[in-house]
Amino acid sequence: MVLVLAIGDLHIPHRALDLPPKFKSMLVPGKIQHIICTGNLCIKEVHDYLKSLCPSLHITQGEYDEDARYPETKTLVIGQFKLGLCHGHQIVPWGDLDSLAMLQRQLDVDILVSGHTHQFKAYKHEGGVVINPGSATGAYSSITYDVNPSFVLMDIDGLRVVVYVYELIDGEVKVDKIDFKKTATVATPSTH
Amino acid sequence: MIGNGIDDEDKWLAEGIAGIQHNAFYMHRAMDSNNLREALKYSAQLLSELRTSRLSPHKYYELYMRAFDELRRLEMFFKEEDRHGCSIVDLYELVQHAGNLLPRLYLLCTVGSIYVKSKEASANDVLKDLVEMCRGVQHPIRGLFLRSYLAQVTRDKLPNITSEYEGDADTVMDAVDFVLQNFGEMNKLWVRMQPQGPGWVKEKQDKERKELRDLVGKNLHVLSQIEGVDLEMYKDTVLPRVLEQIVNCKDELAQYYLMDCIIQVFPDEYHLQTLEALLGACPQLQPNVDIKTVLSQLMERLSNYAASSPEVLPEFLQVEAFARLSSAIGKVIEAQVDMPIVGAITLYVSLLTFTLRVHPDRLDYVDQVLGECVKKLSGKAKLEESRATKQVVALLSAPLEKYNDIVTALTLSNYPRVMDYLDNGTNKVMAMVIIQSIMKTNTCISTAEKVDVLFELIKGLIKDLDGTSVDELDEEDFKEEQNSVARLIHMLHNEDPEEMLKIIYTLKKHIMAGGPKRLPFTIPPVVFSTLKLVRRLHGQDGEVVGEEVSATPKKIFQLLSQVIDVLSSVQSPELALRLYLQCAEAANDADLEPVAYEFFTQAFMLYEEEVADSKAQVTAIHLIIGTLQRMNIFGVENRDTLTHKATGYSAKLLKKPDQCRAVYACSHLFWIDDQDGVKDGERVMLCLKRSLRIANAAQQMAAVTRGSSGSVILFVEILNKYIYFFEKGNPQVTSTAIESLIELIRTEKQSDHITPDPASDAFFASTLRYIQFQKQKGGTMGEKYAAINL
Repeated sequence: MVLVLAIGDLHIPHRALDLPPKFKSMLVPGKIQHIICTGNLCIKEVHDYLKSLCPSLHITQGEYDEDARYPETKTLVIGQFKLGLCHGHQIVPWGDLDSLAMLQRQLDVDILVSGHTHQFKAYKHEGGVVINPGSATGAYSSITYDVNPSFVLMDIDGLRVVVYVYELIDGEVKVDKIDFKKTATVATPSTH
Repeated sequence: MIGNGIDDEDKWLAEGIAGIQHNAFYMHRAMDSNNLREALKYSAQLLSELRTSRLSPHKYYELYMRAFDELRRLEMFFKEEDRHGCSIVDLYELVQHAGNLLPRLYLLCTVGSIYVKSKEASANDVLKDLVEMCRGVQHPIRGLFLRSYLAQVTRDKLPNITSEYEGDADTVMDAVDFVLQNFGEMNKLWVRMQPQGPGWVKEKQDKERKELRDLVGKNLHVLSQIEGVDLEMYKDTVLPRVLEQIVNCKDELAQYYLMDCIIQVFPDEYHLQTLEALLGACPQLQPNVDIKTVLSQLMERLSNYAASSPEVLPEFLQVEAFARLSSAIGKVIEAQVDMPIVGAITLYVSLLTFTLRVHPDRLDYVDQVLGECVKKLSGKAKLEESRATKQVVALLSAPLEKYNDIVTALTLSNYPRVMDYLDNGTNKVMAMVIIQSIMKTNTCISTAEKVDVLFELIKGLIKDLDGTSVDELDEEDFKEEQNSVARLIHMLHNEDPEEMLKIIYTLKKHIMAGGPKRLPFTIPPVVFSTLKLVRRLHGQDGEVVGEEVSATPKKIFQLLSQVIDVLSSVQSPELALRLYLQCAEAANDADLEPVAYEFFTQAFMLYEEEVADSKAQVTAIHLIIGTLQRMNIFGVENRDTLTHKATGYSAKLLKKPDQCRAVYACSHLFWIDDQDGVKDGERVMLCLKRSLRIANAAQQMAAVTRGSSGSVILFVEILNKYIYFFEKGNPQVTSTAIESLIELIRTEKQSDHITPDPASDAFFASTLRYIQFQKQKGGTMGEKYAAINL
């Protein structure tokens, strides 16, 4: 059982002051094995905060990030799954499933995590699963009205991944979960 | 020299102790054989050791304690009249025959205490007698110990309301008189302590005097324990006489110690009721007395009193505690002209703490304290000394902590005036404290007026104050500051759009003075706050009948334009470009075509003129394409102009692969999935074909320059785009076209000059898998895909 936090589009301090207190109290160090972050933190303080939650931190470049050295895309292997990460402003049309599926094929990954639209999404298609963790701070977006703060926690266990989405709606944290199973792959070296 | 002195002292002490022990031995023998005369003789000799002048107070005390122990035994012997056969009255007479004064007086005190206890004479007469006679010893150390002995042995014999000693003639008053007199004499002796011998040093003398101070202070303690001393008596007799003694002795050390004693020893309710007298004494004290510590102690005790017993709060008002303390502090500060500024401010901090504890609802009092502080600080230059500035920060932080709410602090008119006196560095520290307080308490600042006051307060962070320049700052610190200000901006909010707009205008006014280094931090949050406001106004574009409404999207976009324009002139063109695009989208949603067009124009101009870095250009052009793709408000002409520009710039990116990708991204500009959206199949295909040509050219260039053609990845990407539009139903993308492209890729992969690339191989493979998957889907999709032969 490997816990992976997918989070992004915080836009601190341009569009938001901080993570919602209810989220902050849930995210404690030592519980999560990996963090994958879609980008747009935007400042070093946020980077350091995420790093303090978990040293295995993977970030891709958002268009407002202060640090310009994050990669445009990133792939990593966790257990039996290959994960791909990309902020998403590079994929036109923004939020388009088919275009994201193309990126997924290009990166050759089972799970593609991307952001930019500030709207949580998790859907399965032929090539795998596409997840958008939304904006952890509920930051303003030109694409989505009424953004609720959200983030995703993936529990990777063998060939199965359970995706938990945490959304802050009207001051309460609501949790939903989605199950995905993949067909057995050729043996790949696994890293936790 | 001093070393010798100490050695000598030890020698003398040892001699003295030996003398006492020697005589004590014989005295015990005499007592055992009930021989009064002998006992007296040896006791007198014993006590003579206390006549020495050679010992320091510390050593004298040791000697005294030995003698004291022996006197206790003697006292017991005296009490047993049947053993020595002498009545107390006679004994009292007898001991007066002792040769030397000091032993005589010790013996008299010892007998006197028994005399009182026997009730054969009026306690008062005996006590009066004793206290008078002790006057005979004027040597400070000897006199102090003697009187201390007197106080000690009479302590439990004082006439008291509940004691057995109260008779008609004896009242509490007499007991009080006795103690006060002893106290007065002891104080005089103490003050008079002169330097002893050669080589004395003031510090040493002070130290010795300090060792003796508890002897004097003890009397006050005794006074406080006399039950009959109620508030009345304290107010009318005790306090005035003690204060008289304190003021008249004109001794710094004594004054400080005794004022402190009074405050510690007597109950707080008494202090509250005698504030006038107590405070009245303060300006009369010697100039060097650390009266501010005394006052601070007093205020602290009163604060704690108020905190522990809220029912006494009305009393505070009744005795006008605040007014008296405030005025006393003023007088002290005025009188002690040499008091350093840090001292004055510390006093105000104590007064403020008192006020916040005792009268937290009286904001006028709090403001008054700040006002007094301003008066004290005015006429001087800004504070430089760090202790003083620390105290000012403490002064300003206290209301924040107490009220937990910056808004309350903002109503204190003197608050900003105090801040003005801080040096720039401390001003900024204080500003950060204020911001932290707001964020910690999640306070929302909801009117333009309050925003104005707040930003005036924190102006050290907002702009360069006189004499400083941003360049002097450490970069990390500066970033932290500005990010804090940026976060603060999100705490400024009002649901009413008119008020929110006023807030934004006020914000803009302050921010714009920040200078080129600050604007890149502060403008984005302002822009996004404003965009949120615009969104709230959707559908409310009209004027309310009869009212002039300034919060219209149009006006707000004008504001935004001005603000972002400033950003582009301070060397943040990429940021400005992104913000223009955000505004363009917002204008699109607000149905304002010309406004949206204008924003695109600005974005393009920045791209043309300012974005030079090739990597930045790639990101920028994708942002432009992505935004443009979502625009549904443009008429044909405007749309054409903008898409033409976008495609043109895409093809002019520096690196061929970047060109290729940007151009095929542009294909989406001509196909919008909405029902009314543009679906121009031909122009889509034109873009895709163009990108294919670029990919080819890239291959050829690579072959020429590097000897191998690089990978087929671009072709695979374009293939995926073909498939995308094929699925969407673009008639121009035929199955044949797809088959040809697949064939092309296969050929390229097999040719010699291709560098094998596992990534593009995998991509190609998964693309083919996808096609296969779609073919097997059945239904319309399956039919479509049936045409493609792999």
